[in-house]
Amino acid sequence: MSLLSLIFGEKKKTAAVAKERLQLIIAREHSGTYPGPDFLPALQQELIEVISKYVQVNPQDIKVQLEKQDNFEILEVNIVLPEHPHETDVVK
Amino acid sequence: MTRVVVITSGKGGVGKTTTSAAFSSGLALRGYKTAVIDFDVGLRNLDLIMGCERRVVYDFVNVIHGEAKLSQALIKDKHCENLFVLPASQTRDKDALTEEGVEAVLKELEHMGFDYVICDSPAGIERGAIMALTFADEAIVTTNPEVSSVRDSDRILGILQSKSRRAAEGREAVKEHLLITRYAPKRVEDGEMLSYKDVQELLRVPLIGVIPESEAVLQASNQGTPAIHLKGTDASEAYLDVVARFLGEDRPLRFVNYDKPGIIKRLFGGK
Repeated sequence: MSLLSLIFGEKKKTAAVAKERLQLIIAREHSGTYPGPDFLPALQQELIEVISKYVQVNPQDIKVQLEKQDNFEILEVNIVLPEHPHETDVVK
Repeated sequence: MTRVVVITSGKGGVGKTTTSAAFSSGLALRGYKTAVIDFDVGLRNLDLIMGCERRVVYDFVNVIHGEAKLSQALIKDKHCENLFVLPASQTRDKDALTEEGVEAVLKELEHMGFDYVICDSPAGIERGAIMALTFADEAIVTTNPEVSSVRDSDRILGILQSKSRRAAEGREAVKEHLLITRYAPKRVEDGEMLSYKDVQELLRVPLIGVIPESEAVLQASNQGTPAIHLKGTDASEAYLDVVARFLGEDRPLRFVNYDKPGIIKRLFGGK
């Protein structure tokens, strides 16, 4: 069994998976930002205002979202510049 | 001084009522005058687990509404001299529980000289559950070693720390205890179940005991006898330990390790 699992790589025990998932969700629920920070709509609004000063953008073409990957969070801001020669330009 | 202890969990079916019945019986066996109150208005079951369902005349809501005296509604337990059961109403809804009403009943129990009042909380985080924990001095958070139960226990701990009277009045916090129930040491050893150490690490509450998954619990509820009275069974012993620890005695954890059956036992069967 142990030799076989060494060769083929042992599948992670489900109890360990449960613990890991619980650690993440409990930490997240305690952080006070669950289910997500409430500043996102305001941030999106302000970004639209700032960018509109310099470039003509459609409000729908600015997308702000928060993604969680393992132990860190990614704030993703996606701005599509329609009249640009390259048609789209993505800022991350 | 009466100590009010809430048995809570968030999630349903983890063993709150089983624990309320066993724990209150254990305190009474130690000589403490104890009342156990069912807060699950509309879905009462403590009366069945305590075996007094046929003696219910008046209930908690009747007392709150002044339709009966507290002394009329309290049912004397058939196993223990010092134990009384206050059943929930089966017909009303949970809004029948008012904060003032619950407080008045608890005050009266104090006047009657009760040492402990055990509040059997309903599942969920609605009115009944909140009322059960509002006046608590101590809380026993009942948790199964399973993801949804652990998460719900974490949630209910947060509610205890924000909505209890003690928290609202800025007094010393409610004393929390973690009770792990339906524990299966073999599954833990096989990596199929969270260990009690894992659960404690996740919830960060002092452990008051571990109740093993036990056939005795169903046997007890079948008969309407709190599991603590089924002498010699693992569940009874584990609950006796919980009561002892609650009263400040030092008891090592039992029923948490899996003993591999010997070769003879494996050959000839047996449990």
